[in-house]
Amino acid sequence: MQVHLHNPKRDVEVAGPLRVADLVRQLGLNRESVLVICGDSLVTGDVTLADADEVEIRPVISGG
Amino acid sequence: MKCKPCGSPAVIEVRRHRAAFCRDCFLHHCREQVRRAISSHRMLGHSERVLVAVSGGKDSLALWDILLALGFQADGVYLGLGIGDYSDTSRSYAARYADSPAVAERGAKLHVIDIPTEHGFAIPDAARATKRVPCSACGLSKRHLLNRAALDGGYDVLATGHNLDDEAAVLFGNVMQWHVSYLARQRPVLPETAGFARRVKPLIRLGERETAAYCLLTGIDYIVEECPMAAGNRHLRYKETLNEIEDRSPGAKAAFYLQFLDQMLPVLDGVAEAERDLVGECSRCGAPSSAEICAFCKLVERATPPTDA
Repeated sequence: MQVHLHNPKRDVEVAGPLRVADLVRQLGLNRESVLVICGDSLVTGDVTLADADEVEIRPVISGG
Repeated sequence: MKCKPCGSPAVIEVRRHRAAFCRDCFLHHCREQVRRAISSHRMLGHSERVLVAVSGGKDSLALWDILLALGFQADGVYLGLGIGDYSDTSRSYAARYADSPAVAERGAKLHVIDIPTEHGFAIPDAARATKRVPCSACGLSKRHLLNRAALDGGYDVLATGHNLDDEAAVLFGNVMQWHVSYLARQRPVLPETAGFARRVKPLIRLGERETAAYCLLTGIDYIVEECPMAAGNRHLRYKETLNEIEDRSPGAKAAFYLQFLDQMLPVLDGVAEAERDLVGECSRCGAPSSAEICAFCKLVERATPPTDA
């Protein structure tokens, strides 16, 4: 699957199928610091992502 | 995962509440948390006029939307900081939301104040001229100008989008340094005093993961990119540290901050009152200040080129 990341913006390829929680962990991210969006939908940690999915991992921490 | 209130498929889990929610129940949860914060801290009433500090980010846009949804009379104010493309983009998000039906239907409006145009400097200039970190010059300018906007506009209260994560991180920093006077002032409501509008933080019961999800699920576009001036600042490091704790112990951040409000703030009441008694008036702009010239007027003097007499 193609995974879009922010700060800095970049795309990475990750093999599926993979649970959302495992994807976040595999990328070294904290699940409290991100939202995971598959297509147009927000998804919970137990959802299994397929190889063909397009996923955005959106950071939620702001520094202001 | 199922929605805890209704059993439909969930779209988000909120581990500190040991719950997952579908879209509709999540939006209700967010509005209910804000309603509860407003009510329990007596932040504002429905007959009062509220000015929301809007940055174009998730927290302030979610706050404005929730206040309108709860029936409050809430206008917005956007402060242009002069941080290049970042300011241009964030302003466009604020303006886009201000043009949305949610705002138009309530007859609300967005005020815009541009610091470079109206005060002759941009935040990066001010940081360089004063040798302050940019976030310090920015915070000082925001506090002064947003307060002035609320007073000049005849608003009863200024609402800011500080969320649970912001407040927990500030608390963590203040405790690490034992800044007792800052701790005494870290309140969800700062009452109206001479020269100061009442300031309230209605998002203290929502984490920033929730405000981001609220925007996504209501279709509110916001600036996702981090302010380039804030990258790597201490506040962000504190948030990362707290999220590491939260990941292992869901609810730790809320307990840290909300118990501070319940258990510690009453102990610090005397410190806050003594500080308020020391405040005088800036000889240049009339704003409350403990020095002859307030910190904002000093910042403007140093950040703007001298003019010929």
